[in-house]
Amino acid sequence: MSRQDEDERSRVSDSQSNPNMDVTDAVIEVRGVHYAIGDRPIFDGLDLTVKRGLITAVMGPSGTGKTTLLRLITGEIYAGRGRVAVFGRDIGTLTTRELYATRRRMGVLFQNGALLTDLNVYENVAFPVREHTDLPEPLIHKLVLTKLEAVGLRGAAELMPAELSGGMARRVALARAIVTDPEILIYDEPFVGLDPISLGVILRLVKQMNDALKITSVVVSHDVHEIATIADYSYLLSEGKVVASGTPTELASSDSATVRQFMTGGAEGPVRFHYPAPDYAEQLMEVSR
Amino acid sequence: MSNGAQEGVLELVRKTGETGIFFVRLLGACIPALGRPRLIIAQIYNAGARSLIIIMLSGLFTGMVLGLQFYDVLNRFGATEALGTAVALALLKELGPVLTALLFAGRAGTALTSEIGLMRATDQLTAMDVMAVDPIRHVAAPRFLGGLIAVPLLTAIFTVVGLFGAQLIGVQFLGVDHGIFWSQAQSAVALKDVTEGVVKSIVFGAVVSLIAVNEGYHSEPTAEGIGRATTRTVVASSVMILLLDYVLTAVFL
Repeated sequence: MSRQDEDERSRVSDSQSNPNMDVTDAVIEVRGVHYAIGDRPIFDGLDLTVKRGLITAVMGPSGTGKTTLLRLITGEIYAGRGRVAVFGRDIGTLTTRELYATRRRMGVLFQNGALLTDLNVYENVAFPVREHTDLPEPLIHKLVLTKLEAVGLRGAAELMPAELSGGMARRVALARAIVTDPEILIYDEPFVGLDPISLGVILRLVKQMNDALKITSVVVSHDVHEIATIADYSYLLSEGKVVASGTPTELASSDSATVRQFMTGGAEGPVRFHYPAPDYAEQLMEVSR
Repeated sequence: MSNGAQEGVLELVRKTGETGIFFVRLLGACIPALGRPRLIIAQIYNAGARSLIIIMLSGLFTGMVLGLQFYDVLNRFGATEALGTAVALALLKELGPVLTALLFAGRAGTALTSEIGLMRATDQLTAMDVMAVDPIRHVAAPRFLGGLIAVPLLTAIFTVVGLFGAQLIGVQFLGVDHGIFWSQAQSAVALKDVTEGVVKSIVFGAVVSLIAVNEGYHSEPTAEGIGRATTRTVVASSVMILLLDYVLTAVFL
C-alpha cells in the first residue's frame, strides 16, 4: 500500500469519529482480525465497525474476503486472531445456544439465494417463522404474503425454487430474510445478475427497510455505483485490510489510487488484476521449446 | 512407517473421529426430531416406499433361486420336504436382512448422500444454520430415523415375498407338497430366528443410514465431491453390512 493510500485511509477513516457515529452504537465490531485458508492469508488485521440503523457497504475486488467477512460475522467460521463482536458479544466465545439466539436477530441474503429446494416459495418464506415461533397459521399466511408482496412475488408463491430465475430466487431469499423482522440484515452480493427493474426494486427495498424498520444493513457488493446510492458508510477492502472507508461522497472524491482504481474499474493500479504468476514471455517460450 | 502410510492412518483416525462426533450429535438431534413426525414420515416414504419395487422384485427372485437351489441339494438326500424350513431360515436369518440392506444402500443410501451433498453445495445447510435452525436436527436426523425405520420394514417385505417366490418354484413347479412346505417352515422357525433377523435389519438400517447421512453432510461441495461421497456410501455400507453380519451371526449362534 502506498503512503498516499495510508494517508487517505486515515483521513477518510477519521470521519468515523463524527458525532453521528457514536461508538456505543456499534452493532458489529471487527477488531484486528486475522484469518487464513490453509497458508493463504485472507485477513491481516482487519478493523471495521457497523453502526446501528445505518447501511454499511463492504466493497472490494473479487477474492478479497468479503463473503468470508460475512461468515465471520454470522459465526460460521472463527477468526484465527482478533475479535468479531455482534450486539456487543464476541461471536467466538458464544455457546451454540447463544450463537443461535444471536443469529435469530440477523437475516442473511445469500449470493445464490440458498432456497430450500424441497419447499415451494411460500414454504421457504414461512420456514424461519414456523421454526422459531408458534404463530397461528392465518398469521403466518398474512406475514408471508406481506413479505412476498414487498418483493413482488406474491403470485409466485406456489412455484418451486427450480422454476425461478436467479433474480426471482434472490428476491424470495430476501423475503425469507426479512420475514422474522431481524435487527441486522446482511446482503451478500444482492445485485449480481439482476435485471435493471429488479435491481432498482431491491435497492429501494434495502433503503426502505433501513429507513422504516431501522434495520442495520451490511451490504457486500462490488456494484460501486448502485451501492453508493443507498449506503451511509462504505469500507473498501483489499489484500486483507480496510484500505479506505467513508461516506460514498468521500470515497468518490478520494485521491487514493486504490479507491480510484476500484471506482473506475482500472486494470492497472495498486490492486492487481492478475493472480501472481511467473513471467509471461518466459512461460510462453517454455511451451514453444 | 512411510509418510504415505502415516497420512493414511491419520486420515482414518480423523474420519473415524469425525463420524463418531457426528453420530453423537445425530443421536442428540434424534430426540427433538421425533417431535416432528411429519418430517420422519416423509423420509420413510422417500427412502422406504420408493424402494418397495426393487425390494419386492429382488425378494421374489431371491426366493425363486433359493427354491431351486435348496430343492436340488435336498433332493440328493431325499429330503425335499425340508424345503420350507431351509428357505424360511435362510431368508429370515441371513438373506432377508443382508440383501435388503445392500439394496437399500444402493438405492436409498446413495440418494440420501447425494441429496444432502447437493444441499451442502447449494448453501442450503448453511442457510439453515444461519437461520438458527440446526441442519443436523432438521435434515440429518429425520433421514437417519427414516432409514432406521424403513430397513426393518423392507426386510420383512423382502422375506415374505422371498418365501412366496420359493413356494412358487418348490410347490407349483417342482411338486413339493403345499401343506408340508408351509408347516415345515412354520414349525422350524423359532422366535430366536425371527429376533436375529429383526436385530440384524435394525443394525444394518442404522449403519447404512448413518453412513449415507454422514457422507452427504461432510461431502466436498463440488460435483466430484458428491460423486465420491456417493461411492463411499455404497462401498462403506456394503463392507460394514457384511462385517456386522458375521459378528451378529456369531453372537446369535
